Amino acid sequence: MTQAFRIKNVGLINRDKKLSFKFNGTTYFGFEGDTLASALLANGVHLVGRSFKYHRPRGFFGAGVDEPYAVVQLYRNSETEPNIKATEQELFEGLEAKSVNCWPSVNFDIGAINNFLKIFLPAGFYYKTFMWPKSFWYRIYEPFIRKAAGLGVASTKHDKERYEHKYEYCDLLIAGSGPSGLASAYAAAKNGAKVILAEDKPRFGGSLLTSDVNIGNQSGKDWAEGIIAELKTMPNVVVKNRSQIFGYYDHNMLVMSEKVSDHLPETKKYHPNKRLWYIRAKEVLISSGSIERPIVFGNNDTPGVMLSSAAKEYLKVYGVLVGRKPLVFTNNDSGYETAIEFKKHGVDPVVLDSRKNPESEIIDEAKNLGINMKNSYVVVAAQGYKKVKYADIASISEDKKKLGKIESIQCDCICVSGFWTPTIHLASQSGNKTKFKEEIDAFVPGQSKQNEITLGAANGVFSLDETLKTSFKAGSELSKKITENDNEIPIPNVVEKKSSQHDRFWCVPLPKGKNYKRFLDFQNDVAVSDVEIALREGYRSIEHVKRYTTLGMATDQGKTSNLNGLQLVSEIENKVVPAVGHTTFRPPYTPVSIGAIVGREVGKHSRPTRKSPMHEWHEKNNAVFVDAGVWLRPRYYKRGNENLFEASKREAKNVRTNVGVCDVTTLGKIDVKGPDAAELLNRVYTNSWLKLPVGKARYGVMLREDGIVMDDGTTTRISESHYHMTTTTAQAANVLSHLEYYLQLVWPELNVNVVSTTEQWAGAAIAGPKSRDLLQKLFPNSDVSNEGLPFMGYMEGDLFGVKARIFRISFSGELAYEVNVESDYGNFMWEKIIEVGEEFNIQPYGTEALSTLRIEMGHVAGSELDGRTIPYDNALEGLVSKKKDFIGKRSLQRSAFTAENRQRIVGVVPLDKQTSIPEGSHLVKDDKAPLPNSKLGHISASCWSVEHDNPFSLAILKDGKKMIGQKLFAMSPLKNKVIPVEIVSSHYVDPKGERVRS
Amino acid sequence: MLYINCPHCGMRSQNEFSYGGDASVKRPELNKEVSDQEWDDFVYNRKSLRGKHLELWQHISGCRQWIKVERDTATHEIFRTFKADEEVA
Repeated sequence: MTQAFRIKNVGLINRDKKLSFKFNGTTYFGFEGDTLASALLANGVHLVGRSFKYHRPRGFFGAGVDEPYAVVQLYRNSETEPNIKATEQELFEGLEAKSVNCWPSVNFDIGAINNFLKIFLPAGFYYKTFMWPKSFWYRIYEPFIRKAAGLGVASTKHDKERYEHKYEYCDLLIAGSGPSGLASAYAAAKNGAKVILAEDKPRFGGSLLTSDVNIGNQSGKDWAEGIIAELKTMPNVVVKNRSQIFGYYDHNMLVMSEKVSDHLPETKKYHPNKRLWYIRAKEVLISSGSIERPIVFGNNDTPGVMLSSAAKEYLKVYGVLVGRKPLVFTNNDSGYETAIEFKKHGVDPVVLDSRKNPESEIIDEAKNLGINMKNSYVVVAAQGYKKVKYADIASISEDKKKLGKIESIQCDCICVSGFWTPTIHLASQSGNKTKFKEEIDAFVPGQSKQNEITLGAANGVFSLDETLKTSFKAGSELSKKITENDNEIPIPNVVEKKSSQHDRFWCVPLPKGKNYKRFLDFQNDVAVSDVEIALREGYRSIEHVKRYTTLGMATDQGKTSNLNGLQLVSEIENKVVPAVGHTTFRPPYTPVSIGAIVGREVGKHSRPTRKSPMHEWHEKNNAVFVDAGVWLRPRYYKRGNENLFEASKREAKNVRTNVGVCDVTTLGKIDVKGPDAAELLNRVYTNSWLKLPVGKARYGVMLREDGIVMDDGTTTRISESHYHMTTTTAQAANVLSHLEYYLQLVWPELNVNVVSTTEQWAGAAIAGPKSRDLLQKLFPNSDVSNEGLPFMGYMEGDLFGVKARIFRISFSGELAYEVNVESDYGNFMWEKIIEVGEEFNIQPYGTEALSTLRIEMGHVAGSELDGRTIPYDNALEGLVSKKKDFIGKRSLQRSAFTAENRQRIVGVVPLDKQTSIPEGSHLVKDDKAPLPNSKLGHISASCWSVEHDNPFSLAILKDGKKMIGQKLFAMSPLKNKVIPVEIVSSHYVDPKGERVRS
Repeated sequence: MLYINCPHCGMRSQNEFSYGGDASVKRPELNKEVSDQEWDDFVYNRKSLRGKHLELWQHISGCRQWIKVERDTATHEIFRTFKADEEVA
C-alpha cells in the first residue's frame, strides 16, 4: 500500500524509518513519529469505527486528546488493550489495531440498523423502555444492552506489564509545554526553582508546532526546541513528555500518568509500562491550552468532517493531507490558517465563513493567495455515508435564522472551526471558581482556591505576544517568592498575525423539510434533538440534562461537546450561558489505565507478606500455608496423601497424647516499660494488675470504651517496671495505637513507654503431656518442675547458649509452655526443639490443629471476639473487676449488656455426631418455621474434637446459660444444610482446667 | 491527599497518618460517677461539623505521635496543628 496522502518534505516525522502496521487485518505503512491516526490518514483510511448508539460510520475528528471517534482495540506484544485513541497512539513496528462498536466488520455493521431506528432511540430511551415487565430485565434487556454497549473489550489475561508509582516534590509544576508553559518554565528555572514541566504529547511545543509565528527571529517551533534543549540541561528541571497531568487534588497534590512504553513494540526490560507520579507542588502553573470547538450542522459526524486545527496538525506535523478537495467552515480566523496551509501545499480549499465582512491580516493573506472564500455562508449538511462526498451549503441571514438556497459543493473533507475552548479542567478540579468570558464565549478560570494560576490559551488569551509576556512574568515572580533569585530574562520579539473577533455562531439551523441529525456529543451520539427532548420533559439543571442525555459522559468527557451543549440549553431556556453553568469537572482528565493506578500493589504485593524466622523450615517440611493477617502461617504439615482434615486431626491428637510444637511468632508483642506500667495495665485490662509479682504472667481482656472486647492475651512481668504484653496476631497494630492514644492524650501523667517487639522475638509453643519432659531436656540447668515453674510462671533460661524466655502459658488447654528467643535464633530454637523432642514423638502443628485444640477447650479467639461481644458473652465476666475502673467499664452498665437473656458462648454438638456444622450457621428453634426464621445465635467456630472424635462447635447463643441441654437446629442456607444439634457446655474437654496446672 | 504539618516531623502526606476523630472530646475521669447522658456523649455523640474542626490524627508511619489538627471539613484547609499536650487557644 502506498501512502497516497503523504506529501513530501513536510512534517516532523522520521521518513528514514518506515514502519508496518495492521488495521482491521490490512497491512499499511507509516513512519516513525506518526500516530496511528496520521498513518491511517496518510493511507487514505477515514473509516475507523462505528458510533456508540446508532452505529453510524465514524472517522477522525481531532488529532489528540479531544478525539471522540477514533477509539480502537490495540494489540501489542500479544496483549490487548481497549479504548485507545488512535490520535494519541504512536506508531511502532508491528502495531495492530481493530475497530470497535461494529459486527461483523466496520464496513458492514449489522448494528447500523439502529441508525434507521433512531426515531425509536431518543434520549432517555433506556430509562423509559426497559422498565417493564420486570422479569425481562435480567433475561433479555440487560444481556442485550451489555452486548451492545461498551467500546472495546478488556483483556481477561493477567497483565504482565509493570506499573510504577513515584512521589515527587517541586516548587513549580507546569502542565503543558506550549508557549506559556515553556516561557514560565524557563523563567522559573533561571531563578533556580525546582520545576517539573509535563507534556502529554510526544513532542514539546504545543501550538508552536503548527502555528505560523516568529519568536526572537526564529520560527515558533525552533524557539520551542531551543528552550526545551536548554531546560533539559538544567539540574533543577524535570522535563517529561508523554505525561498527562490528569488530576488536581487537595493541598496541591497532582497526579500525572507517564506513558513510558506505549510507543514501543514491547516494554524494555526493567522498565514500567506506565509510571504514575504523585506530585506535591508549591505552585501550579496551568498552561493546558485550548481545544477547538465544532460548529453543529447536519450529519456533522460523517467521516471526513474534522476540526480545522486537526487538519492543520496532520499537515504540519505529519505531512498528511486529510483531503484533496477541502471545504473549510469557520466562524473565526483559525479556519483561514488551515486553508492557507492547504494552499501552500498545492491544494485548493474553499472557505465558508459565517461572518458577513471579516477583516484581518490572516484573511488578507488568504485573499492574496487566491483562496476561494464565501462570507455569510454555512454548511447545512455533510453528504456521503462512509466518507464526505459533497456538502449542502447555503448563505445565512445576519440573525443566523434563515438559510438561503441550498447549493451542493464537491469536497472530500470538511474542516470546521467554531473558535476555541480553554482547557480549564485542572483549574476547575482544584476548586477554582470559573467564570464566563463573553469575548470568547467560554469559561475561564476565576478565583483560585489553591496555589494555581492559569495562563495563555487555557486562560482565554489567544495572542502569543500577551501569552509570552504574562508567562515569563508569572514564572519569574512565582519562583522569586520561593528561591529569592531574580534573574531577569529578556522577553523575545514576537511576530504573529492579528486576528479578528469570532462570530458567536455555533449551530446551523435545519433547512425546511430536512431532519438531519446534528450531533453535539459525537462519542455518545447525543444530537441537538436529544437535548431538546430532555428540556421538553422538564430537565432543567445542566447536571440532569447531562445524565439524561449522556451528553459529555463518554471517554472523551465532552471535550468537544460541552460548550455547544450549554449554548443549546441556554438558547432554549432563554438564559445566558453563565446562568446555565457548566457540569463539574472531575478527575481524570483523560482515561488512565487501571494498572497505572494500582501500580505495584498487585496480587501478593497488595500488602506486605510477613514470614516468621522459621518459615524455611516449615516450607521444607511440607507446610501448607494460610494468610493470617499479613503473616503466612503453616496451616498444617502434610504427610503423604493427607488432606487438611486428616493432617490437623493427627497434629491435634499428638498434642493431646504426646507433645506438639507450634510457631507463634506472629502473636503481637508489646514492651511496656516505666514506673507506671502496672497502673497503665490496670486501666487497660478489665482485671487487676497492681499485685502481679515479677516472674508471673496473667491473662487479660481489654475493652473499647463502648464495652466491646477489643483484644485478649497474656502479659508477663519481666522485671519491676518491665512488662511483656502479647496481643492477637490480627489486633497487634490497633492495640499499640490504643495504648499510645491513652498515654499521649488521656493520661500523659503516666510515665510509661510502649514499643512493638513483635518482630524482635521468635516464639514456639510446646504443648502436650510430655512438654515438661522435653523442656527439661532443652533447659537442663533450669528447674522447670511444677514447683519451679508453676502455671502462669515465667523464667529465663539458657537454650544451648542462647538466651531464652520461658512462659508457662497454654492456649491448647494442655500442659504447655512458650519459648521466645531473639528472632535471629528462631530457627536454631525450632530445630533444637524438633531434634530433642524426637524421643517424645514431637510433631509440629499448624493453625488448624491450634484452632481445634482451643475450640474444644472453649477458649475464645477472633471468631468470638468479633467486635460485637462483651466479656459476659465470652464467659469472661470473672475477669471483670468490680473494684477498679478501666477503659470501657461504664459501658457495661448499659441495659442491653446486663439483660437477663444476654447472648453467651456455648458448645454445640450435632445429634448424629457425624455432620460438621458450617461456621456462620444460624441456630433456630424450628427448622420448618416460615421465613424470616429469627435466629437465636450463630456458630462462631467449628472443629472435629480429637478428644471425643466427633464434630464440635462454639456458638454465641441468646440466653446461652439456660440453653444447655436443649435441642436446636443449625441452618446454613449457603451450604444448604439443616443439622439437628444439642447445646452443651463450651468446655468440652477438661472442664475443670486440671491439665494446664498438672 | 492532604498535606499535614506534623509538629514533630514537618510536612507529610496524609497516607502516613490515621484519623482519630474529634479532638475536643474529653474522657471522663476514672472512678468518677458518670451519668448515662455524659457517658453517651463521650462514647457516641459527635457533631458532624461543616467548617473548622479540631481533630486527632496519629502519625502512624512516622513518629507515632497523636497530634491535633485544625481543619475545615468542607474545604480541607488546615489552619494549625498541635502536639498532643499543646493547649489549643
